Amino acid sequence: MKKAIGMIGEILAIAFCCIWLFPLYIVIVNSFKNRQQLYENMLAPARSFSFEYFATAMRKMNLSVAFGNSLMVTVISIGIIIILASMTAWMLVRNNNRLSKTMFIIFVATMIIPFQTIMMPLMQVMGWIRDTLHLPMLNSLGGLIYMNVGFGASMAVFLYHGFIKSVPVSLEEAATIDGCNKFKVFWLIVFPILKPTTVTIAILDVIWIWNDYLLPSLVLSNKGLRTIPLSTASFFGQFTIEWNLAMAGLLLTIIPVILFYLAAQKYIIKGVAAGAIKL
Amino acid sequence: MYRNSAFCMMDKSMLNFCGFSRFMDECTLPKRIVISLKRKHAIGGEKWQLLPVCACRSWSLPATIKMKRKSDKAWYALFVLPLVFVFTTVVIIPFLIGIGYSFISWDGMPLNEKTFVGFENFMNLFSDKRFMESARHTLTFSLISVLLINVIGLAFALSVTGKLRVKNAARSMLFTPYLIGGLILGYIWKFIFTDVFQSIGNLTGLNHFFFSWLLHPKYALAAMIVVATWQMAGYIMIIYINGIQSLPEDVIEAAKVDGAGYWQALFHIKFPLLMPSFTICLFMTLSNCFKIFDINFSLTGGGPNNATEMMAMNIYNEIFSLNHFGYGQAKAIVFFISVAIITLMQVSFTKKREVEM
Repeated sequence: MKKAIGMIGEILAIAFCCIWLFPLYIVIVNSFKNRQQLYENMLAPARSFSFEYFATAMRKMNLSVAFGNSLMVTVISIGIIIILASMTAWMLVRNNNRLSKTMFIIFVATMIIPFQTIMMPLMQVMGWIRDTLHLPMLNSLGGLIYMNVGFGASMAVFLYHGFIKSVPVSLEEAATIDGCNKFKVFWLIVFPILKPTTVTIAILDVIWIWNDYLLPSLVLSNKGLRTIPLSTASFFGQFTIEWNLAMAGLLLTIIPVILFYLAAQKYIIKGVAAGAIKL
Repeated sequence: MYRNSAFCMMDKSMLNFCGFSRFMDECTLPKRIVISLKRKHAIGGEKWQLLPVCACRSWSLPATIKMKRKSDKAWYALFVLPLVFVFTTVVIIPFLIGIGYSFISWDGMPLNEKTFVGFENFMNLFSDKRFMESARHTLTFSLISVLLINVIGLAFALSVTGKLRVKNAARSMLFTPYLIGGLILGYIWKFIFTDVFQSIGNLTGLNHFFFSWLLHPKYALAAMIVVATWQMAGYIMIIYINGIQSLPEDVIEAAKVDGAGYWQALFHIKFPLLMPSFTICLFMTLSNCFKIFDINFSLTGGGPNNATEMMAMNIYNEIFSLNHFGYGQAKAIVFFISVAIITLMQVSFTKKREVEM
């Protein structure tokens, strides 16, 4: 009897989760239908599987280019954030003087500033850099990466700072006595120890940068530079009425996320839990 | 460096006599060490000076100490400066300039002049009906969403930390929406709230509930709340799970032995101990809901008739659609201050209620 109740509980739980993901079902089902089938019944599974709309959506959204851009921006931004933030946080912890403390407090305090407060002056500053120093800060992926690094710095430094504080100094001292300079000490001894935090930061930043819309929309205006959220938004600006095509396009943008999730599920859930800012 | 070097005490006059005094200065040692050593050995007064033995023996070592300190500074700069530079140009400088922009009137054209208007922008925005409406929407939306997200997230967390065998699968499924960005979620739900709802209404005859929600001001706001909850509940669940798993087993066991039921143990034992998780979750949901833009942009676009325009979107429109750069920036500063005040208030409020084990 108890077993049966347990079984029912399990089934109910899974059923509820499936209902929770109902919107994804809607997307998948309707991406295979043609316009007429879609308006007949939006809840029913597709009767025929045609990949025609995927091909059309892919072409219209210029998805392969957008995917490449998104991938490049995400990977390079995160790489730079991890390298620079870990180095900074290490130095701030190991030289805990007044300057370091002030810098750390500034890093943490700025986390609360909403992006909307910075966006307009940021565009002015970047425009000024472009005009006077002739660096392509606007309308280039490099500029976007640069800004992502700036915005990701606070949280990464904060998380590394918290972790490094718990790493004993003795190992580093031993390496110093053995003749390592600071650079070697950091990269050979400290950085490998920081791996859990590195994974956390990478996961949190992937979720943020991959899905970020507002910053890229302000920085990038060339069609060829669009990231996935940008091409989705411009696609919806033009083809809102063709929902079957839109669903196919949305499904294509979701698939990489789901694949990433399936591949790194353990790390993602751990990373998200660890990255919840400890106050 | 200094830890291994031996120290000796010398008569200052003797040192002067030897012509060493230049190097006998305390400055060759970090002040901190000297002070602590002085305290330790009760060395004070002028007569006795503290110096490393090596300094007496050779002239070269103090120089290497100085070099070492210089190179330490160089390492410090090399490690810290790159990120600080990027961070300053991207966050600090724009933030400070932004405060300046909020006092001017400007349409964003580089050639057009910027006129200083003092606090006029700030005075105007409190009588700006559209802005105050957006503030009201943001408050309503945030309050209801924060409540819903936390209640649902906590309920999920409690049910997937029990005996269920499918708990891992359930966790993964419930968390999925968080990974899909707000923009794409907004578009998916836009389809559901308009066409799918209408079609369900036509199929079942429940037309008074299943109609196009996005055309009705109140329902459009409700739609925003539904989507935000759907996205964030799984994320908040993960944080609560973390908190629940670190609850001390023995305390809960003891409560059970003392005859506490499930609900009693939940409300009197688990919740007080979960207070740190509440602090984090409320902070995350509150700040995320307050700053929401993506879902607003893709789901309702602020419509119908600006009925769902949140503060973030109002600022965006003011600056980039209406080209009121100075005025919009003043709004952005007010936005920043209100986000800061509200989240800090919440944190101090829940922090006080955290219990020590």
